[in-house]
Amino acid sequence: MAANPMSQFDVYRIGPEIKVGAFDISFTNASLFMILSTVSILLIFNLGSKKNSLLPNKIQLLAELSYTFVSKMISDTAGSKAKPYFAFIFSLFMFVLFCNMFGMIPYTFTVTSHIIVTFVLAAFIFIGVTVIGFIKHGFGYLKLFVPSGVPAVLLPLIVVIEIISYLSRPISLSVRLFANMMAGHTMMKVFGGFVISLGIVGGWLPLSFSVALTGLEILVAFLQAYVFAILTCIYLNDALNLHH
Amino acid sequence: MVKKIYFQSIFFSFFFIKEAFAAESGGMPQLNPEFWVSQIFWLILTFGAMYLVLSKLILPKISNNLESRKSQILENIEAAEKQREDSDAKLKEYDEIVSKSKLEANSIFNQAREKALKDIGAKREVLDKQIDNEIAEAEKEIDALRKNAPDKINKIAIDTSSELLQKLIGAEVNNSSISAIVDDLSKRNGDKYYGN
Repeated sequence: MAANPMSQFDVYRIGPEIKVGAFDISFTNASLFMILSTVSILLIFNLGSKKNSLLPNKIQLLAELSYTFVSKMISDTAGSKAKPYFAFIFSLFMFVLFCNMFGMIPYTFTVTSHIIVTFVLAAFIFIGVTVIGFIKHGFGYLKLFVPSGVPAVLLPLIVVIEIISYLSRPISLSVRLFANMMAGHTMMKVFGGFVISLGIVGGWLPLSFSVALTGLEILVAFLQAYVFAILTCIYLNDALNLHH
Repeated sequence: MVKKIYFQSIFFSFFFIKEAFAAESGGMPQLNPEFWVSQIFWLILTFGAMYLVLSKLILPKISNNLESRKSQILENIEAAEKQREDSDAKLKEYDEIVSKSKLEANSIFNQAREKALKDIGAKREVLDKQIDNEIAEAEKEIDALRKNAPDKINKIAIDTSSELLQKLIGAEVNNSSISAIVDDLSKRNGDKYYGN
């Protein structure tokens, strides 16, 4: 296991096999870390909202700062119309952030390093945003594919490009997060392997890289959660306020 | 620098991944569909539950807390502003009272001074008049005395001369002839005695 940098992404069953019809929904290490992330989110924010003191304590400050951070992010990118979707984007940001951060602890499993997880989230966002767009604007939502101020000659080409870019949104959204997490964790594993193989003489260089990479990966973990949430806001903005 | 190292190490890591694949031929665990359904199921379950709890219970509480703090702070600021205005008004009032009383004190002082000056003037006038009167009376007396003085002196001179003559000669001399001589003498010597 130690030799293969990809083995950290293995999903394995914990406990018995659970089958519903033809589907295997067994409890796995991925499920464990999803539950750990959600439970810690709920714990922190429950503690942070329990008491309402004028001078917040540390955990309340943390909860309120996260709240205002996400709320500002949404209002900056998607405007005031996006307020009903605040809870969803907040949950999304926190879920991705906590899954990423849990992955930074050694011997843990990174939920967001699996394409299926990020793709389900991205697909849900894509379908949700498309449905919201059609509900708000009817067939006028299709104007999204026809940017204004484009010469008529270029229009067919532009429309095709716009449609392709729109349809590739869930893929780019999911692959961005998954690939970032996978690459970072693989790289850390590789450098960790170098430390062992080069031993006490040459192992210091990859060790220092590993230390630097840990810092970088923590930054990436936060940044990717932020990017995921802000792209969701931008897609939502397209659906709510048809600017094109 | 860090970026360069980052990209280089990504390159190296993929190199290693390839080797690892060649060695174990396990492939990316992410692409193994064995647990996809399980992951989707647990994702929907956990994320859905978290979303429900957050949106129904926790986030409204946090927003409530933030709102109440905001309104409380605003209220406090308003109260402070009001108190500041009050104190400003009081300060103004105080200043007014001070300046007013200063003016009053000034006017009272001025009045008192004027009154005192007036009193002094009146008293001085009265005194001046009295003094003038007294001086005038004294002058009158002196005048009278001065007017009477030559006559009296003449009379004394006449009487004295007649008695002197009587004692010296032993005969009565006519008073009128003596007085004529005295008058004549005093007229002649008057200037010498009175300095006129």
